[in-house]
Amino acid sequence: MPITSPEKYWWKPADKEEKIWISISLLWCLVLTVMMPLMHFIGTQNPSVNPMRIKPMDYRTISEAFIEKYKVGEEKGIPIVEPPDGADVYLRAQMWTWTPILKLKKGVNYKFHISSQDLMHGFSLQPLVMNFQIVPGHDNILNMTPTSAGTFHIICNEFCGIGHHTMIGKIIVS
Amino acid sequence: MANELVFRTCPITGKKVYATTQNLIWINAVTAVVFILIGGIMAFLVGMTRWPAVHLLPADLFYRFLTAHGLNMLIFWIIFFEIAGLYFGSSVLLNSRLAAPKIAWLAYILMLVGAVLVDIMVFTGKATVMFSSYVPLQADPLYYLGIILFAVGALIGCAIFFGTLAVAKAEKTYEGSVPLVTFGLAAAAIIAVFTLACGAIIFIPTFLWSLGLITNLDPAVYRLIFWGLGHASQQINVTAMVSIWYLLAALTVGAKPVNEKICRSAFFLYILFINLASEHHLLTDPTLSPYHKMANTSYFMYLAVLASMIHALAIPMTVEVAQRKKGYTKGLFEWLTKAPWGEPGFSAMIFSLFIFGFIGGITGVVYGTEQLSIKSHNTWALTGHFHGTVVGGTTLAFMGLTYYVIPLIFRRELIGKKLAVAQPYIFAIGIILIALGMGGAGTLGSPRRHWDVTFADAVLPFSFDPAVIFFTTIAAIGVITAVTGGLMYVGVSVLSVFFGRRLAPNEAKML
Repeated sequence: MPITSPEKYWWKPADKEEKIWISISLLWCLVLTVMMPLMHFIGTQNPSVNPMRIKPMDYRTISEAFIEKYKVGEEKGIPIVEPPDGADVYLRAQMWTWTPILKLKKGVNYKFHISSQDLMHGFSLQPLVMNFQIVPGHDNILNMTPTSAGTFHIICNEFCGIGHHTMIGKIIVS
Repeated sequence: MANELVFRTCPITGKKVYATTQNLIWINAVTAVVFILIGGIMAFLVGMTRWPAVHLLPADLFYRFLTAHGLNMLIFWIIFFEIAGLYFGSSVLLNSRLAAPKIAWLAYILMLVGAVLVDIMVFTGKATVMFSSYVPLQADPLYYLGIILFAVGALIGCAIFFGTLAVAKAEKTYEGSVPLVTFGLAAAAIIAVFTLACGAIIFIPTFLWSLGLITNLDPAVYRLIFWGLGHASQQINVTAMVSIWYLLAALTVGAKPVNEKICRSAFFLYILFINLASEHHLLTDPTLSPYHKMANTSYFMYLAVLASMIHALAIPMTVEVAQRKKGYTKGLFEWLTKAPWGEPGFSAMIFSLFIFGFIGGITGVVYGTEQLSIKSHNTWALTGHFHGTVVGGTTLAFMGLTYYVIPLIFRRELIGKKLAVAQPYIFAIGIILIALGMGGAGTLGSPRRHWDVTFADAVLPFSFDPAVIFFTTIAAIGVITAVTGGLMYVGVSVLSVFFGRRLAPNEAKML
């Protein structure tokens, strides 16, 4: 019984069924163990780049300069920005907006820098459902290439206060 | 306080039950049930708000009650119950007196004061910070103090467990090795020490930060160490739950572990490797390097998965062997069809195993890969994952065990046995609907911790695929079902504990 002490010598060899099961499980675990680094090198869905620290004030200065330089319009008070091909793109999260609205080109690689001005935020690109944690003081650097045209939305999926559910951004790909 | 050396002998198991141990198990378990009641009411209110057809609460109360739901369920209900379980697993199973019962009472008081303090702060709106309380979102200092007091109390509870193991060994109250259930609970307690140490390392500076004594608390560092508490505490639950599966299999079908070496080795793998899963919360964070993420999702992580795979074989196997010995040998599955499905301990164990493994466990392994973490991070699918593990798995196993603790330890006959028999079925169906509904909506992008998935107040218009609302409705039906099952559990256990017929000293009655 599992509630009483086992017999004196309980270190016994496993039965055949147990050995088969454990071998299959172990093999499967080894396959997954190899797949993790392998997918990182051969897969095309690994945007993670060595992250950097950046002070919220410094990030604000850089992202304001980015907006001013490439601004092409405005929607409901939020600037619309069209960066040149291959540019560094700055997307700022703060309670409760994603600034700016981005106009990007299909098939062009952009280096995204996403950071927060205040609390944690959650970058969640819809309807693709790609999610990244946005942390104040840290620059989440992502290499992204839009592969289809259309309008994409960014919702916030990390709780950031009472207006959390109103925080929406936009990326237009043409 | 009862004399430390007064005991009775259990007429069913022959175990010595010391009066001090019995009182401590009683107070911790009853307190746990009070917290699951609070958490359950919150579950209903929060679930009905997420459902756009009802959208019950205003935004501020939703976020406040969601914080309360997480803390009361994940921390208070489960850890109070686990402390009761640790005292049972050491003192009762080893026939030993409990080491330092007065200090065990001190541990209980610290935990209770901490929990009440946290709940006061949360319900008065001074700590709407969610279960994870990510810095720089700040709560009242008393909130952090409450968490610290609770963690210190729980740590003392673990120390009492280890002390009792030492007392039992010194006083030779058992021969040879400790029973498997005690071994499993010891693994859980070792993981608990690591977990609670992480809690202390991060909540003490956070407490000082909330008082204004520290200013440079890095949010990313907070996240890293917090999940050493937040996720690792779920690893305590996994380990304790597996121990309880073995216990329930023994109580309901007389199952005996087929190979002690294999079962114990699997617990040992948990101790060494399971906490690597804590870092999966950081796979989409701007803090770890790509190589760090690769290493974390690879190699050792899968040794913890291997341990779960071993238990997934060993437990059904012990049940099958025990049933076949009773003569249920026809065909491949007579042992299962003729199993005691009318015993809540058995049905709770099987559903717990099924939901934990097939819903909670599989989604956990899948979402713990680097690429798929991007698809699932902070979506409602994650909420579905841990409702599969911690509610369908741990909570359901604890519920099943309660129906045996009441007659065996508290010596009361159950009131409402029919309700107790039906309860695991209703609760399990509810949790399966919740987990699948959340999983479906989350896979389509529905976020966790969100008041309004219709985005009615948003500046820029946006709406989800209508299937999100369909899956949210499935989850909401699950909430109603599971809350009904939860209330049945609270009703049966509270009525039985306080008003059940007292069993005569030698009455060998379980259900």
